[in-house]
Amino acid sequence: MDLALAPETLARWQFGITTVYHFLFVPLTISLAALTAGLQTAWVRTNNEKYLRATKFWGKLFLINIAMGVVTGIVQEFQFGMNWSDYSRFVGDIFGAPLAFEALIAFFFESTFIGLWIFGWDRLPKKIHLACMWMVSLGTILSAYFILAANSWMQHPVGYRINEERGRAELTDFWKVLTQDTAVTQFFHTITAAFLVGGAFMVGIAAFHLARKKHIPVMRTSLRLGLVTVVIAGLLTAVSGDMLAKVMFRQQPMKMAAAEALWDGQDRAPFSVFAYGDVSEGHNSVEISLPGVLSFLANNDPNSYVPGINDINRELEEKYGPGDYRPNIPVAFWSFRWMIGFGMASFGLGLLGLWLTRKKFLLPPAMRTGEDEVPNLVLFRNKALSPKLTKLYWLTALWTLLFPLIANSWGWIFTEMGRQPWVVYGVLQTRDGVSPGVSQGEILTSMILFTLLYAVLAVIEVKLLVKYIKAGPPELTESDLNPPTRINGHDDEDADRPMAFSY
Amino acid sequence: MELHDIWFVLIAVLWIGYFFLEGFDFGIGVLTKLLARDRKERRVLINTIGPVWDGNEVWLLTAGGATFAAFPEWYATLFSGFYLPLLIILLCLIVRGVAFEYRAKRNEERWQTNWENAIFWTSLIPAVLWGVAFGNIVRGVKIDADMEYVGNFFDLLNPYAILGGLVTLFLFTFHGAVFAALKTAGDIRVRARALAIKLGLATAVLALGFLLWTQAVSGDRWSLVALIVAVVALVAAIGAIAKGREGWSFTFSGLTIVAAVAMLFLTLFPNVMPSSLNEAWNLTVTNASSTPYTLKIMTWCAGIATPMVLLYQSWTYWVFRKRIGTQHIADAH
Repeated sequence: MDLALAPETLARWQFGITTVYHFLFVPLTISLAALTAGLQTAWVRTNNEKYLRATKFWGKLFLINIAMGVVTGIVQEFQFGMNWSDYSRFVGDIFGAPLAFEALIAFFFESTFIGLWIFGWDRLPKKIHLACMWMVSLGTILSAYFILAANSWMQHPVGYRINEERGRAELTDFWKVLTQDTAVTQFFHTITAAFLVGGAFMVGIAAFHLARKKHIPVMRTSLRLGLVTVVIAGLLTAVSGDMLAKVMFRQQPMKMAAAEALWDGQDRAPFSVFAYGDVSEGHNSVEISLPGVLSFLANNDPNSYVPGINDINRELEEKYGPGDYRPNIPVAFWSFRWMIGFGMASFGLGLLGLWLTRKKFLLPPAMRTGEDEVPNLVLFRNKALSPKLTKLYWLTALWTLLFPLIANSWGWIFTEMGRQPWVVYGVLQTRDGVSPGVSQGEILTSMILFTLLYAVLAVIEVKLLVKYIKAGPPELTESDLNPPTRINGHDDEDADRPMAFSY
Repeated sequence: MELHDIWFVLIAVLWIGYFFLEGFDFGIGVLTKLLARDRKERRVLINTIGPVWDGNEVWLLTAGGATFAAFPEWYATLFSGFYLPLLIILLCLIVRGVAFEYRAKRNEERWQTNWENAIFWTSLIPAVLWGVAFGNIVRGVKIDADMEYVGNFFDLLNPYAILGGLVTLFLFTFHGAVFAALKTAGDIRVRARALAIKLGLATAVLALGFLLWTQAVSGDRWSLVALIVAVVALVAAIGAIAKGREGWSFTFSGLTIVAAVAMLFLTLFPNVMPSSLNEAWNLTVTNASSTPYTLKIMTWCAGIATPMVLLYQSWTYWVFRKRIGTQHIADAH
């Protein structure tokens, strides 16, 4: 059979396409849920209308996103059985449990309370309505935790034994699966990266409106909130990324060696920032590298030894029998760099933005701006950024709005492809996980249909987002400002009132 | 009763919950073409399920996840074996979810009509296919000694399963019509009642045929009890809606679904997916299940989470218990 169309290849492509696509919506959903809940909390506490308008604006963008996140998530759960049935048989005893927990605990939470939040504006007391949004946020985070625990088990299987007779892995310690270092660091890294996505999204959109001098009070607040989020999340993403890298150097040294295209082990191993030429053919055409940094990343010691791809492959051959245990080196090398590059770029711009818009009390009176003015971007005391540079900053913020999202996608491609040829590291190879009974034609059909449908939905989603982003925060009505304080179950007046929100 | 038996019951409960709940929202989707006369009425119908359809759908995700964890072999055989029908269901559920959320996000007529068409078809097709799938599970399919499905797509389209598909379509649409009568006010409520009676009668004929067929082939004493409950409940549901007792009618149409799905699972037990090639190759609660340790953890989780889910989902229905009518739909949106 033509290798390019072999069921395994197609199933892997399908998994890659559907997962990366699903994960475009996940980080935005996680972060916007919490940020929207935060803004709504500010509204409930202060009664300041700008917070309510901000809540409605970001809440709407959140809803457009979560709709796609939810429906593309269903595919994720089903395709293990459809395309990877031998994998499912082998690991179901372990991998299924966190998935079931995710559904029972997180999905029910998320989906039920989102309905209450959308339709409950004038049906629920203010504080209970707010609590619903926090529940949604909690649901998204719990969901991330369980699915990452499942994924971490594939990266680093723990708490199991192999049952030769039934030909499967069996769970022996569920607590270990939930709390192993891979799961915890991966969760920390994914959540912080998600907030980097939401923060940059907010900054970009706020900058867009501020550049046009529209919706200033709401967008000033959003800009600051977004910038603070970007900076804190960016910092924590870097810290957690470093922690995760150290865990991976221990658990999956091949992945990290591939990320560096480090063919042969060495002391004081350099971190290559950029390479020119073919990284799959060796490491000789590197342009920029920082000596010792890789050793430091791996072991906290710039002089330590880091094993290379060839060394590790020899080791793995001794352990698991002859074979090629290398992932696709250029993919691992570049995805790792693009993840870090796009993430750091966003963090850097956030830091710059935070400094340029620093608090009023740091500024001389002449430079302070009121609530309804576009904030001065301040270079240093008594000196504002020139209008041209200001405009450039707004534009940059807008154009870099998706940088963390790109970083997230490359991060997942790196994590998943860097683990190859294993689907469960050291236990089950990817080629042994594929559904034996599913034909090439079936997988090809589903791959084409999913890809086409996802492409169409992407166009629709982006158009809707752009429409609502351009429209800006909604004007408030009387019923927005004074929703009923209790559920009026039985009076007729209530029954005849138009719904505040409906499809 | 061993843990894998408990999990067989729990998975049956999840599917019952799914068909009970998503049953009426599939029905509402189909009724947007059968019952609603104009865009405003279609909106009323869609809004009756607006706050709850997403939560209803999670019952499916949970049934899927629980099957994966409790009966990995069943999950693997079923999902890889019924590849194309499941693919179609997945595509429908994707479009359907987006359709609900995006329909009102633009005010152009063409945009909304397109999404309304999408809601109709993506409610109708899964409503049929779930019945086809369950018909095949109960009847048994070509499963070999390695637990692999070796039939093809057209093997799934046998008369028994197709009848099953028609039953779920009609039953869900009937259930949806009763729900519409229960949740709306004004003219549409009156028409929903009238349509529900017609749908109920058609459902009764189809369901009786399907359930008797099932009983004749693989029934026992308990499945007969479930069959009788299902039929009596269906008759009671039709009687109640004819008398305008919408709440009772909905209770009974729900009970019909509960009893009918329970009957299918009763005829299945102790198999989870029988093989039509050789009885020795049947997937059973024993040979398809996870280890007792995994099942124990899952039982704890389900024991704590399920009552909570029932509690807050019921609360949702309580919060949105008001009827809605066309007067509640603002002209401009």
